[in-house]
Amino acid sequence: MMRKINVMEHEMVPEHYLLSEEEEVRLLETLNIEKDSLPKIRRSDPVVKILEKIYGPIKPGKIIKIIRNSKTSGKFVTYRVVKEE
Amino acid sequence: MIEPEVKKRINGLKFALLSPDEIRKMSAIKITTADTYDEEGFPIDRGLMDLHLGVIEPGLRCKTCNGTVKECPGHYGHIELAMPVIHIGYVKEIKEILEATCSSCGRIKMKDDELQVYRPLLERSIMNGEESFDTLEIVRKIISEASARDVCPHCGMEQHKITLDKPSTFRENGRKLSPKEIRERFEKIKEDDLIFLGLNPNTSRPEWMILTVLSVPPVNVRPTITLETGERSEDDLTHKLVDIIRINQRLRDSKDSGAPQLIIEDLWELLQYHVTTYFDNQTSGLPPARHRSGRPLKTLVQRLKGKEGRFRANLSGKRVNFSARTVISPEPFLSINEVGVPEDAARELTVPVTVTPYNIEELKEIVKRGPNPKSDRYLPGANYVIKISENGKRDRTKILETTAEKVANDLDVGMIVERHLMSGDVVLFNRQPSLHRMSMMAHKVRIMKGKTFRFNLAVCPPYNADFDGDEMNLHVLQGEEARAEAKVLMLVQEHIRSPRFGGPIIGGVHDHITGLFLLTYGNPMIPREQALHILSYIEYDDLPEPTEKNGRLYYRGKDLFSLILPRDLNIEYKSAVCKGFGCSECKFANCPYDAYVVIRNGKLISGTIDKASIAAFDGILLNKISKNYSSAETAKFIDNMTRLSIGVISSLGFTTGIDDSDVPEETEYEIDEIFNNALVDVERLIDSYQKGLLTPSPGKSLEETLEERIMKVLSDAQKRAGDIVGRHLGLNNSTVIMARSGARASVLNLAQVIASMGQQSVRGKRIHRGYLGRTLPHFKKGDLGAFARGFVKSSLKKGMNPTEYFFQSIGGREGLVDTAVRTSRSGYMQRRLINALEDLKVTEDMYVMDTSENLIQLYYGEDGIDPTRSMNGSSVDYDDVMYRVMGEDFYRKVRGEK
Repeated sequence: MMRKINVMEHEMVPEHYLLSEEEEVRLLETLNIEKDSLPKIRRSDPVVKILEKIYGPIKPGKIIKIIRNSKTSGKFVTYRVVKEE
Repeated sequence: MIEPEVKKRINGLKFALLSPDEIRKMSAIKITTADTYDEEGFPIDRGLMDLHLGVIEPGLRCKTCNGTVKECPGHYGHIELAMPVIHIGYVKEIKEILEATCSSCGRIKMKDDELQVYRPLLERSIMNGEESFDTLEIVRKIISEASARDVCPHCGMEQHKITLDKPSTFRENGRKLSPKEIRERFEKIKEDDLIFLGLNPNTSRPEWMILTVLSVPPVNVRPTITLETGERSEDDLTHKLVDIIRINQRLRDSKDSGAPQLIIEDLWELLQYHVTTYFDNQTSGLPPARHRSGRPLKTLVQRLKGKEGRFRANLSGKRVNFSARTVISPEPFLSINEVGVPEDAARELTVPVTVTPYNIEELKEIVKRGPNPKSDRYLPGANYVIKISENGKRDRTKILETTAEKVANDLDVGMIVERHLMSGDVVLFNRQPSLHRMSMMAHKVRIMKGKTFRFNLAVCPPYNADFDGDEMNLHVLQGEEARAEAKVLMLVQEHIRSPRFGGPIIGGVHDHITGLFLLTYGNPMIPREQALHILSYIEYDDLPEPTEKNGRLYYRGKDLFSLILPRDLNIEYKSAVCKGFGCSECKFANCPYDAYVVIRNGKLISGTIDKASIAAFDGILLNKISKNYSSAETAKFIDNMTRLSIGVISSLGFTTGIDDSDVPEETEYEIDEIFNNALVDVERLIDSYQKGLLTPSPGKSLEETLEERIMKVLSDAQKRAGDIVGRHLGLNNSTVIMARSGARASVLNLAQVIASMGQQSVRGKRIHRGYLGRTLPHFKKGDLGAFARGFVKSSLKKGMNPTEYFFQSIGGREGLVDTAVRTSRSGYMQRRLINALEDLKVTEDMYVMDTSENLIQLYYGEDGIDPTRSMNGSSVDYDDVMYRVMGEDFYRKVRGEK
C-alpha cells in the first residue's frame, strides 16, 4: 500500500489559495489583464485536488493565488486559472 | 515612403491531401517522355522540360500562359503512374489507419456509440480550422483503442496483425500488402468515419495517401544550368523525375504485354524506390539515390530541411547588401565607441542621403569626386544617384569617373545620393557566434589606411574576439530611424554593463592590467619628461604636484592614475595581488604590500590598480564607475584608462623571456626534494595497498581509495612546488607580475614551467588506458606507480622524457576534444532556447508576455530589476548607500576600527 501524501506539506510546494469572487474581480481590475492570458493550472493538479477538499469542487475559470519563494524578490505572488482536466 | 498597395491578404492557411483529380486539374500537361531536350537544345514535347511547364530560356514563350521568362510563373505537370505507390511522407498515417480500420468492411473498429461521443468536439475543431492538442489527443486515443481489437465490432471479421517493413512495405500476418490493396481498403472507409482518424472529410480521403498520379513541378523550380562550356546540367529533381518516368514506362509496358508477376513486382518496387527518394533521399532503410559523380541527390525534403534548407538558410536568414567582412586587428588609440574601417571597404559601403536645399552644395562636391576619388586624405565620393520620378519610379544610375561631373551638375533637391562611408557614420559591428546582445553593437566609423577592421582592445570581451585571424562583419545603416535607434540603444558605451551578471563586460585586458600595475604598484617616481609623454595620450584637467628629488622633478604613478578618475569617487577594496601575500590579518589601508585600494574624492590614496580594479568581468572600480556615472563618462574613463596603460607599458617597457623562469640552484633542489618525498609517499601507499593494509575511505572501494590518496599526495606536492616558485620569484619578475596582477597566466602555469607539469589526467582520474595492465610498453604490467600512471615530474623548461611527453599529449588532447564537443552541444542548446523564448517581451506594466498576450511572468524577473543596472545582480549597492550616509565611519566599521 502506498501512503497518501499531502503535497502541500512538502517544502518545495508553494502556498496556494483559492480566490473568492470579489477577490477575482478586484485582481483582474488591478492587473488590467484578461483572465485567459493568466497562466493555467489543471484541475487534475494534485494541489487543486487538495484545495477541493477544503473549498469543495473548484470549477474551471477560478483563480488560484500562489505565493512562492523567489531568489530575486524573497516572496513572489502569482496567479493561475484552473482549466479542465 | 510610399506603402505598396496590398493586392491580396492571406486570411488563413489550410493543409490537406492533394487528390489525384486535383493534381490533374492543376496540371498543364501530362508528361510521358523521359527526355528533356532534343539535339538542337529545344525542349521535347511531353518531356520534362515541355514548354507548357513554363520557360526559363529568354526568347521562348510559355505554351500555357504565353508569358515570357519574366512573366510566366511556371505551371505544374503530371505523370500517370502505371501502378499506385505509397507516399513516403504518410507511412505513419497509413499504418495507423490500416490498424484502426476493419480489413473487410472498412469501418473503424469501435462501436458507434463509443465513437459518436467525440464527434461534436472534433467537428468543432474542424469548423474553427484549428487542431488543438486536445483533439489530437482524442484521435490518438481512438486509433490506439481501435487498433487493439482483433474482431471487427461491425462485421465480426477476424483482424490480422499489420506490420511495417521499413521504409514502406506493409504486411498482414506476414503476407505482403501491395499499395493497390491498401488503396482499395482505404476506399471502403466511410466518409463519416474520417473525422475520427484525424482527417477532415471535406478536404481529404485516406486513399490519396497512395499516389496514382504524380505532380511534376514547374521548370522554374528545377532550372537547367548552362555551364560556361555550353554544357547543360539538369537539376537533381529533373534527374529523379527522369528515373520515375523511365521505370513507369517499363512497368506499364510489362503490364500491358502480360509479363510474369515477378517481373512486374520488381519494377513496381523500383518505381516505389524512385518515388520515395524523389520525396526524401534520406529515408532510413533505403540507399540514397546518387548522381553519376557519387554525390547523393538533393530532393524535395532535402531542399527544405536543416541548416542549409529553405527555411533556415533562405527564409529565417538572408544575405544582405551594405555589409562588409574582413580580418580584425587592435588599435588602442580608437575610442571604445569607434571602429576603424579600411578605405577600400568604405568606398563600397554607401549611405543614402536625400538632397535638400541645405546639403545640395556639399553633395554636389561629393558626387563630383565620383566613385574613386584620388587624394592624399580620404574624401567620400558617391557610387549611385537615385532619381525618383513623379510616378514613384526609382531610377538608380551608377556614377562613373567620366560622368561624375555631369551627374553632379544635374543634382536636384529630392534625389538620393549613395555616398561613401565617412568618419562619424553609425554602423553595426558583429562577430559570430552571436551569443548575446553585445555580439552586435553600434560603432562610429573611423576611416583608416590598411585592410582590416580595427577597434579598442577593451571591446574584445563582449565580442569574445582575439586577433589570431578572427573576422568580423559590418553593416551600414540605411535609414535615419535605424541610425537614431542604433545610436541610442546599441552604441558600445550602452553595453559596458552586461545583463548576464550585472557588471562591466567591457574593460581592461592583458596589457591594460599590467600597464596600470606598473604605474601604481609601490607608487613609482616617474621622471617629468616621461610622465608628460605618457600623459599626452590622455585627456585630463590639471597636472598633479610634482615631487623633487636630487634636483629633478618626478610625478608619482598613483597621482597620474588619479587624473582619469571622476572627481567625486570614493571606494575601497582589495587588489588582485592581495591574494598572493597570504596575510593572516588584513591591515586595510596600511597594507604593507600596497594591495588595499583606497580612493577618496577621485584620488588614489593607496593600493595597486590591477585586475580587481579595471578588468572586464572583475573590475570593482570599473563596476562602480559604470554604475554611478553616465555611459559617456564611463566610456571616457575606459578610453583614458586603456590609453594611459598602453602609454605606461610602452614607455616603461615590459618583456618576458625564458630567464624569467630561472631559479637558484638551491630552489631547484628544494623542489626536487618535495617531489622525491611525494614519490616515496606514493610508493608507500601502493605498498600498503598490496599488503592489504590500506583502509578504504567511506563509500569508496580499496582501489578508489588508493587512487584518491595518490592523487592527493601528488597534487599537494605540486601545490607546494608552486608556492616555493612564487616565493623565490617576486613581483620584480615579469611573469609573476602578469600572473599576480591577473593580466595573463597563473602561478600554477609558472610552476608547470619551472617545477613540474604534475599529474596528467583523463576524466579527472590518473591515466589508465592503453595496453593490457599498463599504459605504455615502457612499464611493467600492473605497475601502479606515479610514473606509470601519467605523472610528469619534469617541467616544461627542463623538458619531458618520451613517456612523460606521451602522457602530457593524452591530457592535452582531452582538453581539445572537450572544447570541441562543448561548443557544438551548447550551440544547439542555445538555438533551442532562443526558439523557445524569441517572442517574449516585457510590457509597460512589467509583465512578461508572449506575442499572443499570454502572461509568462507577472513581474519581470519577479523583482522588476534590469540586471544591467543592478550591482552584481542585487538591486541596491548597500556599500555605496552606507558610505553616502555614514561617510568615513562606514569603512572604519568595515575594518573593525572604533
